[in-house]
Amino acid sequence: MGLARAEKEWEALMRQATAGDGAAYRRLLASLTPALRAVVRRNCGRIGLDPGEAEDVVQETLLAIHLKRETWEPERPIGPWIMTIARNKLVDARRRRGKAATAPIEDFADLLSAAGADDDYDRLDLDRMIGRLGDRDQSLVRALAIEGRSVRETAAALNMSEGAVRVALHRAIKRLAALFRGEDS
Amino acid sequence: MKTDALIDLLVADLEPSRLRFRSRLRLELACGGVLAGLILLVAIRLRPDLGAQLASPRLWFKFAATLTLSLASLGLVWRLATPGAEVRPWLKMLFLAPLVLGLGVLAEAVATPSSSWPARLVGNYAPFCVTLIPLLSAAPLACLLHALRRGAPADPGLAGAAAGLLAGGVGASLYALHCTDDSPFFVAAWYSLAIAIVTLTGYAAGRRWLRW
Repeated sequence: MGLARAEKEWEALMRQATAGDGAAYRRLLASLTPALRAVVRRNCGRIGLDPGEAEDVVQETLLAIHLKRETWEPERPIGPWIMTIARNKLVDARRRRGKAATAPIEDFADLLSAAGADDDYDRLDLDRMIGRLGDRDQSLVRALAIEGRSVRETAAALNMSEGAVRVALHRAIKRLAALFRGEDS
Repeated sequence: MKTDALIDLLVADLEPSRLRFRSRLRLELACGGVLAGLILLVAIRLRPDLGAQLASPRLWFKFAATLTLSLASLGLVWRLATPGAEVRPWLKMLFLAPLVLGLGVLAEAVATPSSSWPARLVGNYAPFCVTLIPLLSAAPLACLLHALRRGAPADPGLAGAAAGLLAGGVGASLYALHCTDDSPFFVAAWYSLAIAIVTLTGYAAGRRWLRW
């Protein structure tokens, strides 16, 4: 895929997602993830994190893209926005691991030119963090993410309203992002 | 858990058309500004001779300085919290405010005898200035920080400090409607001190609350 074309497509998908199109949002995240993974892995190698840790950074970046998506202005290019978020998350990861901040982190062009990389890692970090959510939130997250159920099915299974599932899910996602940052509250 | 499963989770949490961050920031700033304006009108009051002073260049100088600061820091603050936005030109714009201040001080030095300078610098109500400007800035700062929690600042302390500058600029613009110490010397010393207090508060609050 041409560089400009990939970016245009991500922008179009994000606009549709902002309007509430879940299928477009899934396509966006699915298409972004391999590119992010390749860039993050390469940078992790250079700053002394192993490729498994790279997948944690990818997951944390996806969480941030999700939670901060209203900071993207539809008329601005989406590539620098995504790459800046990824770079911030790499810097955080490096700081957490106590590595000296020496090697510079590569730039945005790499995001578009990166060959897609597959997900070979079943990460433990995210599972551990999910384990720190409350019981109900854990069952909710497992039902939606691992069992692949819809919000409606999850609501029925947990005997909650769909609205309550949505509210609890959003809180759980914010909590997961906070746990990634190393905050406990 | 695999990343694909995380994507399922994020897609399930998608909600349509939330307010863009930039609009939200402006909206909350407006709320904070209106609140501070009400505090000024009800509790602090306008200066009684405001109408008569409208012809005074000293009064307009005060607004020139505080509004320049407010506009420059408004441009800066949302960019600091928006990934990929160009920040540097707006950091430079920030220097316009001290420049305006310096020109005012220079004009005052040329226009007045040096024997009157100490009295102009000290003014009559400096303690009010350094307490009421932070007080008037509190609501705008709180609203800005609340909005910024939805932002993604690379440097939370810096974003908080920029919010403090903006809130301080708004608070000082409002206080200028009350304040009868009109010399640019006074403004350069005491307004700056008051705004610095608000900026430091914003910095500390940003480091504490704006991590993401």
